[in-house]
Amino acid sequence: MTLLEIHEPGETPLPHAGEGTLAVGIDLGTTNSVVAIAREGKPAALHDETGRAMVPSVVGYPAAGGVAVGEAARQLLASEPRNVVASIKRLMGRGAADLHAVAGVLPYEIEPGSGETDMVKLRIGGKPRSPVEISAEILKTLRRRAEAALEKPVERAVITVPAYFDDAARTATRDAARVAGLEVLRLVNEPTAAALAYGLDKGAEGLYAVYDLGGGTFDFSLLRLEKGVFQVLATGGDTALGGDDFDRAIAERMLAERKADGLAGAIDETAVKSALALARHMKEQLSDRDQASGRLEVAGVPSFHALSRGDFEAMIAAFVARSIEIARQVLADAGMTAAEVHGVVLVGGSTRVPLVRAEVERFLGKAPLTDIDPDEVVALGAALQAEALTGGGDTLLLDVTPLSLGLETMGGIVEKIVPRNTPIPVQLAQDFTTYQDGQTAMAIHVVQGEREMVADCRSLARFELLGIPPMTAGAARIRVTFAVDADGLLTVSAEERTTGVAQRIEVKPTYGLSHDDMADMLYDSLDNAEADMTQRLLTEARVEARRNLLALDAALASDGGLLDAAERAALDAAKARVEAAMAGEDREAINAAAEDLETLSKPFAERRMDRGIRAALAGRSVSDLESRVADPAGE
Amino acid sequence: MDHFARLGLPAALDLDPAALDRAYFALQRQWHPDRFVSRPPAERAKASSEAAALNDAYRTLKDPLGRALYLAALNGVELPGDGKTIDDPELLMEAMEAREELHEATTAEAVERLAGRAREQVRTALDGLASLFLAGDKPAIRKALLRLRYLDKFAEEARARRTNIERPRA
Repeated sequence: MTLLEIHEPGETPLPHAGEGTLAVGIDLGTTNSVVAIAREGKPAALHDETGRAMVPSVVGYPAAGGVAVGEAARQLLASEPRNVVASIKRLMGRGAADLHAVAGVLPYEIEPGSGETDMVKLRIGGKPRSPVEISAEILKTLRRRAEAALEKPVERAVITVPAYFDDAARTATRDAARVAGLEVLRLVNEPTAAALAYGLDKGAEGLYAVYDLGGGTFDFSLLRLEKGVFQVLATGGDTALGGDDFDRAIAERMLAERKADGLAGAIDETAVKSALALARHMKEQLSDRDQASGRLEVAGVPSFHALSRGDFEAMIAAFVARSIEIARQVLADAGMTAAEVHGVVLVGGSTRVPLVRAEVERFLGKAPLTDIDPDEVVALGAALQAEALTGGGDTLLLDVTPLSLGLETMGGIVEKIVPRNTPIPVQLAQDFTTYQDGQTAMAIHVVQGEREMVADCRSLARFELLGIPPMTAGAARIRVTFAVDADGLLTVSAEERTTGVAQRIEVKPTYGLSHDDMADMLYDSLDNAEADMTQRLLTEARVEARRNLLALDAALASDGGLLDAAERAALDAAKARVEAAMAGEDREAINAAAEDLETLSKPFAERRMDRGIRAALAGRSVSDLESRVADPAGE
Repeated sequence: MDHFARLGLPAALDLDPAALDRAYFALQRQWHPDRFVSRPPAERAKASSEAAALNDAYRTLKDPLGRALYLAALNGVELPGDGKTIDDPELLMEAMEAREELHEATTAEAVERLAGRAREQVRTALDGLASLFLAGDKPAIRKALLRLRYLDKFAEEARARRTNIERPRA
C-alpha cells in the first residue's frame, strides 16, 4: 500500500523515556501559556517564583543576544518592539495565502518569499524564524519551569490545541514540542481538556457545552459526560476569532483618533504594537469598570484616549455574535437544543468580558460555570490526561474531527471522505476511477473544510498515484484511504485495487515544514543546548540534594539519639547550608554543600550501621543468619 | 466482520441507542489508543485500527437512516450513489413540490412546519421499513430507502434555511 504521510516531520515516535520522568499538561495559548501537573487525580498549575501560573506567549530576541520569553519578552517590547513577537499561535501551520485570515494590521514582519509552498516565516531580530521555533521557545520555558518546580526531568507532555486547528497547525504544534525536547503523548482539544477538568475534578455529568474564547481562537464543543466517558458530540469554531480582535478594534480606534487630531507620527509596526498593548490594558479595565482611559505615545507624541463600556461593547458586538452563531451551528450538528444543555463551561481570558458572558448566558439560558479559573482550566485538564496516559486510569476520552476531509474531484468539487464530527481515530476509504482510456496516473488533492468547492477549502497536500496499469476509462479501482489518528492528524494512502499495483508516493506537505527546515531548527536548538544542559544539571543537583536531605531526616528521626548535642548542631547547620544552596542557581554550591553534609554525617551513618548489625545479630541462631544471607529479600 | 457483529449487537433495524452506547464505550475502553500510549508500536497500531473500526461501526449504526442503508447493503440491496439520477418519477414529483414549498417559505415558523413534516415522514417511513425487511421485499426496500435519503436531505436543507432566517442581523 502506498503511503502519504502528510504530517511526516513531527511523527517519528521518540523512544519512551524512563519511568522517572513526569508527564505534564501544557496549554500553549495565543496570549498566555500554562503548564500543570496532576498527581493522583489532583491537577495543579505550576507557578513561577512570583506565584504566576501564566507565561505570556511572547518571545523576544534581544539585540544583545539570547532569547527572552514571557514577562521578560513583554518588557522588551518597550525598548525593542521589532525584536518581539506575540500571538505566534495564529501563524502556526499557515502559508502566505492564509494571512488574509489574520485580519487587520499585522504586528509581524513576514520574511519575503516564505509561505509560498511552506509555512510563513517572520523576520525578527534580523533573522528569519518560523512559528514552530518561536513556539518551541515558549515550550522550553514551560518545560524548565516544570523541571524547577518538580525537581525532575520533564520529557513528556499532553499539549492542547484549539479543537478547530487544522492538520497543518496540529503538525506544527507537534514539531514545536519536538524542537523543545518534549515528546507529545497526545494532542488534546482545548474544550475537551476543559471538560475533563470539570468532569474529573468537579464530578460534572450530563450534556455540557464548552465556550472557549481565547486570544486568537474560538471553539465551541458539546460533550456528553457519563461515568468517566467524555464523548464529544460536535465541535466548531474559528481559528481567527478572539480577544486579539477586541484589542485590535480598540487600537484601530485610538490610532484613528490620533489621525483625526492631526498628530504627527507615522503608524508603523511600533505604533501598532504600543496601541495594542494599551488597548489590551483598557479592555481588561472594562471587565469591572464602566470607563477606561489611557495614554498612548508614538514617536514621542502623546495622546489621551477614553473608552466607555458601552462603546467597547458596540465595537465587539459583531465578534461575539459570530461566536454565538457558531455555537448555534454546533448544537444543530449534534441534534441538540439549548434547553438540553446541562451546563456551560467558560474557557479563555476573553470570557472575562462581561458582554461575552451575558451573550452566552442569553443563548443557552443558564449561567456559565466558572468555578475553575478559565485561564488555567485547559492546562489542568491536559495534566489530568497526561497522568491518565502515563499512569493508566479509567477515563475514556472520545473526540471528533473538527473539519471535513476530502478530495478534489472533476470540476473542482470536493468529495468528502471524513465528515466533520466523526469520532477519531477513524479510517474511511472511497473508490475512484480513471476517466481516460489508458490513464496511468491520477492526481490526488487532499483538502479540509466544509465548502463544496476546492477553492474555498484549505489545501493540505497534493500527490500523484503513478503506475496504474493502462485500462479502459472507468475500469481501474483506486481506493483512497483517509486515516485520522487520536491526535487528529491525517494520513492519506492510495492503491490501485484491480491489479494490486502500489506505488510509494513522495509528497511535500503544503504548509508543513520540510525536513531541511526541521533539521535546521533542531540544529539551532543546539545553540541553546548549553543553557538547557546547565539547567538540567542544576535540576539534577537539586533533586539529588533533596533526596539526601530526606534520607538524613528519616535517619535522624529514628536514630537521632546516637548523636550528642554538638554533633547534632553541626549536622543541622550543614543541612541548612544545603537548603540555602538549593534555593540558589549555583549547581557547584549545591554539590559542595551536599558533599560537606555527607562527610559530616559519615560517623553518624557508621554508628547507625553498627547498631543495625548488632540489632540484627541479637538473639538469632546461626541458621537464622544463614537463611537471611541466602535470601536478602527476606527482610 | 460487519458493524453489528463488531459491536456484539443483533443485525436488526430496531436498535436500543443505550445498548449501542454501552457496547461502544465498553469496547473503546479496551481499544482506545489512549490505553496503549506506552506499548510497543505493533500493539499501538493494532489498537488504533480496532478503535477506528469501532468508530466507523458506531457512527454508521447510531443514525437510524445510516443503519437502514447499511443493513440493506448487507442484504444485497444496491442503491444508486449520492447525486445520481433518481429513477422514481413519483419521488421526483414529491421532491420538486417540497423544494418549491421550502423556497416560498420566508418565516422561521413556515420553514419549521416543513422540516417538522419531513421529520414525521422520516419516522413513518422508518417504521414501515421494518416490515419490508421482514418480508425481504428488496425492490420495496430500495424504493423506501431512496425516499428516506431524500427526506433526510430535505430536513437538512430546511434546517440550514431556518438557521439563516433566525440569524440575528448584526
